[in-house]
Amino acid sequence: MNEQATRAGAETPMVEMRGVNKWYGDFHVLRDIDLEVKRGERIVICGPSGSGKSTLIRCINHLEEHQAGEIVVGGVPLTQDVKRIEQIRRSVGMVFQHFNLFPHLTVLENCCLAPMWVQKKPRREAEELAMRYLERVQIAEQARKYPGQLSGGQQQRVAIARSLCMHPDVMLFDEPTSALDPEMIKEVLDVMVELAREGMTMLCVTHEMGFAKTVADRVIFMDQGQIIEENAPETFFNNPQSERTQLFLSQILGH
Amino acid sequence: MTIQLKMIEARPAPKNTVGPLAWLRANLFSGPVNTVFTLLGFYLLFVLLTPTIQWAFINADWVGTSRDDCSREGACWVFVNARLTQFIYGLYPRTELWRVNIVFASFAVLIAWLAIPRLPFKRWVALATLLAFPVFAYFMLYGGHFGLSVVPTHRWGGLMLTLILAVVGMVAALPIGILLALGRRSQMPIVKSFCVVFIEFWRGVPLITILFMASVMLPLFLPTGMSVDRLVRALIGITLFQSAYMAEVIRGGLQAIPKGQEEAAAALGMGYWKRMGLIVLPQALKMMIPGIVNTFISLFKDTTLVMIIGLFDLLGIVQAALSDSRWLGFALEGYVFAAFMFWIFCFSMSRYSQYLERKLHTGHKR
Amino acid sequence: MSVRPKAHTLGPKPPFWRDRAKRALIFQVLLIAAVAAFLLYIIGNTQANLAARGITTGFGFLERTAGFGIGQSLIEYSSQSTYGRTFVVGLLNTLLVSALGVVAATIIGFTVGIARLSPNWLIARLASGYIEIFRNIPLLLQIFFWYFAVLRTMPSARDSYSLGEVIFLNVRGLYLPEPLFESGFGLIPLTFGVAIVASIALVVWNKRRHEATGKRLPAGWISLALIFGLPLLVLVATGVPVTWDVPELRGFNFRGGITIIPEFLALWLALSIYTASFIAEIVRSGIQAISHGQTEAAQALSLPQKLVLRLVIVPQALRVIIPPLTSQYLNLIKNSSLATAIGYPDLVSVFAGTTLNQTGQAIEVISMTMAVYLIISLLVSMFMNWFNARVALVER
Repeated sequence: MNEQATRAGAETPMVEMRGVNKWYGDFHVLRDIDLEVKRGERIVICGPSGSGKSTLIRCINHLEEHQAGEIVVGGVPLTQDVKRIEQIRRSVGMVFQHFNLFPHLTVLENCCLAPMWVQKKPRREAEELAMRYLERVQIAEQARKYPGQLSGGQQQRVAIARSLCMHPDVMLFDEPTSALDPEMIKEVLDVMVELAREGMTMLCVTHEMGFAKTVADRVIFMDQGQIIEENAPETFFNNPQSERTQLFLSQILGH
Repeated sequence: MTIQLKMIEARPAPKNTVGPLAWLRANLFSGPVNTVFTLLGFYLLFVLLTPTIQWAFINADWVGTSRDDCSREGACWVFVNARLTQFIYGLYPRTELWRVNIVFASFAVLIAWLAIPRLPFKRWVALATLLAFPVFAYFMLYGGHFGLSVVPTHRWGGLMLTLILAVVGMVAALPIGILLALGRRSQMPIVKSFCVVFIEFWRGVPLITILFMASVMLPLFLPTGMSVDRLVRALIGITLFQSAYMAEVIRGGLQAIPKGQEEAAAALGMGYWKRMGLIVLPQALKMMIPGIVNTFISLFKDTTLVMIIGLFDLLGIVQAALSDSRWLGFALEGYVFAAFMFWIFCFSMSRYSQYLERKLHTGHKR
Repeated sequence: MSVRPKAHTLGPKPPFWRDRAKRALIFQVLLIAAVAAFLLYIIGNTQANLAARGITTGFGFLERTAGFGIGQSLIEYSSQSTYGRTFVVGLLNTLLVSALGVVAATIIGFTVGIARLSPNWLIARLASGYIEIFRNIPLLLQIFFWYFAVLRTMPSARDSYSLGEVIFLNVRGLYLPEPLFESGFGLIPLTFGVAIVASIALVVWNKRRHEATGKRLPAGWISLALIFGLPLLVLVATGVPVTWDVPELRGFNFRGGITIIPEFLALWLALSIYTASFIAEIVRSGIQAISHGQTEAAQALSLPQKLVLRLVIVPQALRVIIPPLTSQYLNLIKNSSLATAIGYPDLVSVFAGTTLNQTGQAIEVISMTMAVYLIISLLVSMFMNWFNARVALVER
């Protein structure tokens, strides 16, 4: 990270975390996290369950509150100020494990909600925008349906389109494929790969190692609330340095 | 590239985020609005509780035999004390109270056995509670056999009558409810519509009109000269009312059983009654217990309505005692006592049903 | 039931008692026969009993003079009125206390239910204390409490509690001043109406504008200001053309103003407080039923908290809340029949009570009373079905 950081010194990083610590009650979930994500960088975070990887990315858009350390998103430091939190959230898109589409709204309405109410776009404009992104995730023909009528893979693609409609600078993916049936994983990953090709800054918590190999600039391995290893995918997979990374990789790729 | 080979030890959370002070800040004083609410809440609590505690405990009179013993300005619990036997047993002969006590005690044992998860033979105890116990209770309370003197039902009253009404109504309504629920799910159109009409009719009218109906219309329906005890009439009304509500609870439980269960039973060659009795109902009943307890709570509270047709349940007998010329002016004490009794029963039952619901929930997740 | 093997087309026909279709048919015919026999038996007995008691059946008694007075009536009524009119008076009184009870129970219930979910520990505890106390005490007991232990122990008219010498509370009830409208007053309801129409127009326009341009005004607040401010302005401008008929103590009682009888107060209070405890639970569980993921997704889209509630939580929670809420309303209406225990002149009290006792027409009176409640239940469940069909979330 050090050489990269000096190389990119001039330009502000997209996400910066310095000495971030978080506790759930007495449980120390995030321990001294230091992380810098440059614009256009694609990062995959993996690790055993309970290692704090979801918590880490959820701190970035303040769905979780950290108790110590600094988080700066796009040059805006994250504080308790509600306006500032909303400002940061506008530039950060998030895709959840369980999609979290709004079941009482159609696919199109799901996508138009934030553009109309937050960015104050007229409905026509919001719908055009939404249709454009729905076409990109290849689900435009389902625009008038309700989420409950779609398959898991389709719902997750809608969720990605919904986030993209806000033109985020960075996208957070919180295990986007782990609630999906195997045959649907590919359709979602394809969309994510496509997004990565277009230069979107991405932080993905995922166990899809194939995805990590193809698109990631860096792979981060977390365990017990700390970053254990951080490397280019090639080195990470072929020559893992720490013992725990080796153990984890052997478990996940073992069969 | 970064490699962290040393483990970072877990540290305690910063002082200002844990401990009682942090708890206070997070839960009571997290902002100006919240602080105002907290202060208002404490004020409300103070305004309500101080006079209540003073009235009920500090300035209350506890011992004595007549109203002259109530000299202080607080509650006169002497009144409740003096009437306690009546509030619990009604006008049941004083010398025969042991009969009621035995019934109470055996009922308590049976219920405790059913409620405590560890004890064995649940099915047999449940069967005994539903079938043998009512017969036993009848012989004990009414008498007329085995050398026990007859105690006519108009002498029954108080808490005892409340419990009798609720338990008998419940036990009698259970089989009718099961039949109605099965009927409502039946594919035979006439059976189904009969059950739907029956259920919706009793659910659609207030219990009071049913009790009026049982007390004034029922005698008309019977052959001339035949009369039915007032208590039995009330019980018929309550049973019909309760069975409709039970049917809906049971239907809910049946719906929760996956269709595959019945199909599997059919595939094993079982007929309708075997499929229901051996496979579906035993599973469904377990899920229904919270719902059944909840309807029992409603029924328990609703039994107070029988005083309108002249029976003296717990509330009825308290109300009657209030008009005793020797004890005028103690309405508040009487109602607080009755409310406390009802509350204890209903609250503990509702807690038990919540506990069961939680247990069912976790059982399903695994 | 749902498992119905295909009938055999081969082999000898089974005997009729083993043929499923015929068995079902026979069973149902037997059921009809049993029910019919039971009804005939009852009808026969009833006719014999009525003949023995010399009661003629029929609804002719509705035309006869009732001969008793009623303490509270929304329409003209005197002891010279007919039993038919008694029925209407009772029905209206039932509807009055139910309607006001529904309003109060909803307000209290929603407040307590939302307070139950407050992040403020004390407020949440107080709310759950309210719920646990009031829903576990029988309603009849609560009615008695308010009536006999509170309102009946109020002082006599001479020593009434008063609020600014215009509102009085004593053992005979609550006395409120009655507004008497002067000639110019007609303008005020008119402006009120105009303000409501204007508000609706504003809301519609605001929605269209939002869709067209993305901009919107705080239409809710503006409407509120319009609806209350405009009539108030006109009221002041026209010089307040209202005089108040303030109740006044004459002899042993108050004259003038509006009298609310203690029976009504007790019933209304108890019904509202009791039902509110159930509504609060419904509201709480309805809001909690919405998964936390919904809130998070909305927050991640940078919707501010107010909009998260308005656009995501409330629309979903209402779908969960409204069905059990209506059944609570139905319970409240049915429970209003407990009026008879303290003598509030509702339908059951004046009709199934007094009228039944005076005429002995048990069958007719009880059937009419039950029919009223059944019709109300039927209307409400029809509404429920319509509502459920309309708002049900579309699933696969």
